[in-house]
Amino acid sequence: MSDAVNARIVSPLGQAAFDGFAKVREVGPLGMISLRAKADVPGLAEAIMAVVGTPVPAVRQIETAGERAAGWMSPDEYLLIMPYGETDAALVKIAAALKGQHHLAVTLSDARAVFRIEGARADQVLAKLSPVDFATMGATELRRTRAAQVAAAFWRDGDGFMLVCFRSVAGYVMGLLSHSAAPGSELD
Amino acid sequence: MSTRLSKGGRLIDRSASQEFSFNGKKLRGLKGDSLAAALLANDQMLLGRSFKYHRPRGIVAAGPEEPNAIVGLGRDGRFEPNQRVTTTELFDGLEAASQNHWPSLEFDVGVINNSLARFLPGGFYYKTFMWPRAAWKHLFEPIIRRSAGLGKAPTARDADRYEHTYSFCDVLILGGGIAGLQAALVAGASGARVMLLEQAAHWGGRAPVDGDVIEGAPADVWINNAVQTLAALENVTMKLRTMGAGVYDHGYVLAEEKVADTTPGDGRPKKRLWRIRAKQIVTATGAIERPLSFAGNDIPGVMLAGSVREYVVNYAVSPGDRTVVVTNNDDAYRTAIALVQAGLSVPCIIDARSTVTGDLPAKARAMGIRVEAGKAIAKVKGGKRVTGVSLCAQAGQGAVLEEISCDAVAMSGGWSPVVHLWSHCGGKLIWDKTHAHFRPDAARPPTGADGLAMVVPVGNANGMMTAADALVCGAKGGAAAAQAAGFSAEAKAAVADAAPEADMEAVWIMPQGAGDALKAKMWLDYQNDVKVSDVQLAAREGYTSVEHTKRYTTLGMATDQGKLSNINGLAVLADALHEEIPQVGTTTFRPPYAPVTLGALAGESRGDIFQPLRKTPMHAWHEKNHAYFEPVGLWRRPYTFPRPGENHEQAVHREVINTRTNLGLLDASTLGKIVVKGPDAGRFLDMLYTGVMSTLPVGKCRYGLMCNEQGFLSDDGVVARIDEDTWLCHTTSGGADRIHAWMEDWLQCEWWDWQVYTANVTEQLAQVAVVGPNARKVLEKLGGMDVSKETLPFMQWADGTLGGFPARVYRISFSGELSYEVAVPASMGLAFWEALHAAGAEFGAMPYGTEALHIMRAEKGFIMIGDETDGTIIPQDLNLGWAISKKKADYLGKRGQERNYLASPDRWKLAGFETLDGSVIQDGAYIPSAGKNANGQGNTQGRVTSTYHSPTLKKGIAMGLIKGGLDRIGDVVEFTTITGGTVKAKVVDPVFYDKDGEKNNV
Repeated sequence: MSDAVNARIVSPLGQAAFDGFAKVREVGPLGMISLRAKADVPGLAEAIMAVVGTPVPAVRQIETAGERAAGWMSPDEYLLIMPYGETDAALVKIAAALKGQHHLAVTLSDARAVFRIEGARADQVLAKLSPVDFATMGATELRRTRAAQVAAAFWRDGDGFMLVCFRSVAGYVMGLLSHSAAPGSELD
Repeated sequence: MSTRLSKGGRLIDRSASQEFSFNGKKLRGLKGDSLAAALLANDQMLLGRSFKYHRPRGIVAAGPEEPNAIVGLGRDGRFEPNQRVTTTELFDGLEAASQNHWPSLEFDVGVINNSLARFLPGGFYYKTFMWPRAAWKHLFEPIIRRSAGLGKAPTARDADRYEHTYSFCDVLILGGGIAGLQAALVAGASGARVMLLEQAAHWGGRAPVDGDVIEGAPADVWINNAVQTLAALENVTMKLRTMGAGVYDHGYVLAEEKVADTTPGDGRPKKRLWRIRAKQIVTATGAIERPLSFAGNDIPGVMLAGSVREYVVNYAVSPGDRTVVVTNNDDAYRTAIALVQAGLSVPCIIDARSTVTGDLPAKARAMGIRVEAGKAIAKVKGGKRVTGVSLCAQAGQGAVLEEISCDAVAMSGGWSPVVHLWSHCGGKLIWDKTHAHFRPDAARPPTGADGLAMVVPVGNANGMMTAADALVCGAKGGAAAAQAAGFSAEAKAAVADAAPEADMEAVWIMPQGAGDALKAKMWLDYQNDVKVSDVQLAAREGYTSVEHTKRYTTLGMATDQGKLSNINGLAVLADALHEEIPQVGTTTFRPPYAPVTLGALAGESRGDIFQPLRKTPMHAWHEKNHAYFEPVGLWRRPYTFPRPGENHEQAVHREVINTRTNLGLLDASTLGKIVVKGPDAGRFLDMLYTGVMSTLPVGKCRYGLMCNEQGFLSDDGVVARIDEDTWLCHTTSGGADRIHAWMEDWLQCEWWDWQVYTANVTEQLAQVAVVGPNARKVLEKLGGMDVSKETLPFMQWADGTLGGFPARVYRISFSGELSYEVAVPASMGLAFWEALHAAGAEFGAMPYGTEALHIMRAEKGFIMIGDETDGTIIPQDLNLGWAISKKKADYLGKRGQERNYLASPDRWKLAGFETLDGSVIQDGAYIPSAGKNANGQGNTQGRVTSTYHSPTLKKGIAMGLIKGGLDRIGDVVEFTTITGGTVKAKVVDPVFYDKDGEKNNV
């Protein structure tokens, strides 16, 4: 795509941010492909390796390689994460690796909003919104859950979390995260 | 009078004075006071009026069981009605006001009900308001509504914020008294994740007030050590001011934390609702003292003995200078002893038991306190304040033996374990005769997902009424819970000095042979004014079930939910029915244990984040351009874009005319878009749609209908064949998630062996309908792909770029005009929308909203899911038989549609309607027909489904269902109007505009 077109790409909230007892930032756009295929389909490992450079993630896990990652979403669905501009090329690679095999790969980068929640108490922000036990949530675990009234998924990322939700509710989720991170509402 | 003592008070800080107000009067209390203690310290005994008789009400208790002393707290955005002064912590600037009186607390006209009490017996409402029927609506209901409820509902928006928090643990302990602390020590030592919640602001519960000695030292010492030990454990979380409100299935518990009650406006959440999932729950919820039922037991100054002791020991507040103690057990002697030790006078302990021999009575006697065994209070004297009591024999009818002057009465009828949380999720109770109370039945606990016990009761809450027993029970319970959660624990308990107590004696009426006059002054439920006489009357009138008696008399139905009245009430009922108490049973214990504020339950869900609002990529543009929005599912879609000086109707008509003559742009991003791919995708879609999708050539579009299994029309939309094994299904805006779930349901549960994958790509794409005679011109001006009639004919699609935007262009029309729907990545949606407006300016481009869309589709006779359908309509009703394949062996809904009722030729079918006078048929109008049905209602033969003023045709147009359908064309029928008349309309073809499709065929 030309630079002129790239300039038209906007994240849902224009990189909104909120500083509370944890920092909330809308990040992105981020390249995301939903890959649906059964775990035993020949070529799946090759497809994921070719696109994001990771092995096939185990149940409820996310495998990371630099700015790329592969997450387990369901028994026949994977979330592939990569720089925004790479999805078209990635679809070609997936199609090649899974040629002749039943699968579905679609770009969903724009269907979603992406947030980073940062800080020592980032888990508290999410604990107010999602029925997730952060004490037992693994370092490489990907949780598909809800944030208050909408679907969300998140995983640990450095000193915080990455969270994805649907684009249309980006403003709602930003509101939730800001409310939950309000100074003075720490849980400890 | 009640006052502050010069010495003592384990919870107060005498160096920190705090100012507060009651009914506008400035008063001073001390840091650490409860509001109740501070009020008593200021001799403010009268705090409110009862609900029915408006009798004076003062503080009775010291905890959440308080029925009387409820006030309105704060003002404006921070006003809270019905707050118990006993559980409210004092803070500087607190404002409290009494409730349920007019014009003033001291002089209340409602008290007239009091003198009419004999005309207001139990069940009064049921008996009085039955007849005449009309009087209910115009007379009784308004009066009852005006007098109903104690507190006033707040009128200002809540100025505070609230939130929820999820939490998980192995062992959740509810209650931080000595039994709860002991359980936490044992469970904490096992390594289990422990959460310990205490509703009050202090650990240790009643033990220090009762003077318990643990490990050879006053209870306070052991409590402080326990708290320090627990605080040092990383696996233990402790929360004060957090009340376990409810226990639910699978170890789910709700608890309410008071975060900023005493610091209003500091920005923190006022309350926090904890949503906890625990493997095991320990209820260490203590016990509540019972009142005794003697005449005048509701007069301010009559209090629970344990509470009197608590005020003296914890807050150095004496409820009176001369306090008579009346009891049926040894525990109340502790109150007498504490009062005398504080330098106050106890003129007499009136003990209903005929022989009094225990250690505590001996100690009281040794201190010189007069003990009257086998005696009772015949009557309390006083109006707004106790002035004395009349002594009588418990065994008699109340003949007065002696008058004793006093200004307070401390009563104790025994203690009832707080079994509420044990009972919420199905725990059963047994009757303990020794203590005359119900306690948890260990053999019938609430069970979890594994069928095993998930709640362990300990301490007083389990009927273990001494400190020594409570600690042993706490240790055992803590160990049992930890073990059940998978840890190994040792039930090692601290040792408390034994303080033997003689047996109590169940006393439900005092004196035993009291006559009607006395019984009519014996209060059971203080807040709702239910007396012994009311329950006995209910029994005489045939209310033998405790649940019925509760509702008939309103016993236990006030804001305190019968915490004091429940056991006494059902004991009186049992006596009246000549049954044993366990046979009568208890009413049902339901969450919450004590009232939880609605703000905490709402949590973050208010204001901007009350509900998720779905916004398209162009939403901000719509807002900037003054769109008037309407809800479509959770989306907000522009209904119209009014210009200055236009009303909505004018704006909609302008948008329709402009679209039909120039160029209209519609944000269609909300339209559902689902990709369906796989070797079996064609076969799958043939089952889902009534038509055939498998034969659709690549590059083409086809309109399709989906039905549910019953045959009723569920959704519609255009399907595009993308490649050999990929289709893209458009759904309605509100139906995208539902239809996607419907597809997955069939694929995962029924046709699991079919090779089909779906993906909901609705939000990946921004979609714009470019509509009108100039539609092609604007796309050609943007340039990049051939959108000519030849290359991109009607019902085809093509990929390409438009003005540099990657685009998929569908040549489809929901308006009858030349129309393209263009999908671009959502992140470019706004830029594309703006580019269309810029390029389209010279062609008269205007945005249009959903109402213009509706009118234009109605002018073309296109149906709308939700208007023409309502869940009872099959496609055949809408003359859509052409979209149903006759060749297919099956599709979802086929069998349903073959049922004789749905296949009947008598079904109402779609037709168009035009009024003879050009007016618009009213929404919801019916077409009456002759005669009446079996219910005496007028017969009908049809109804309107869509009705608009057509700005194109300059008259009213409508679609509707009518018996006979299109066969009725030419008939004139009548539609009802809201005012009762009818309007004549002609049955016509539902395609009002451009029937031959010439506008689109360019």
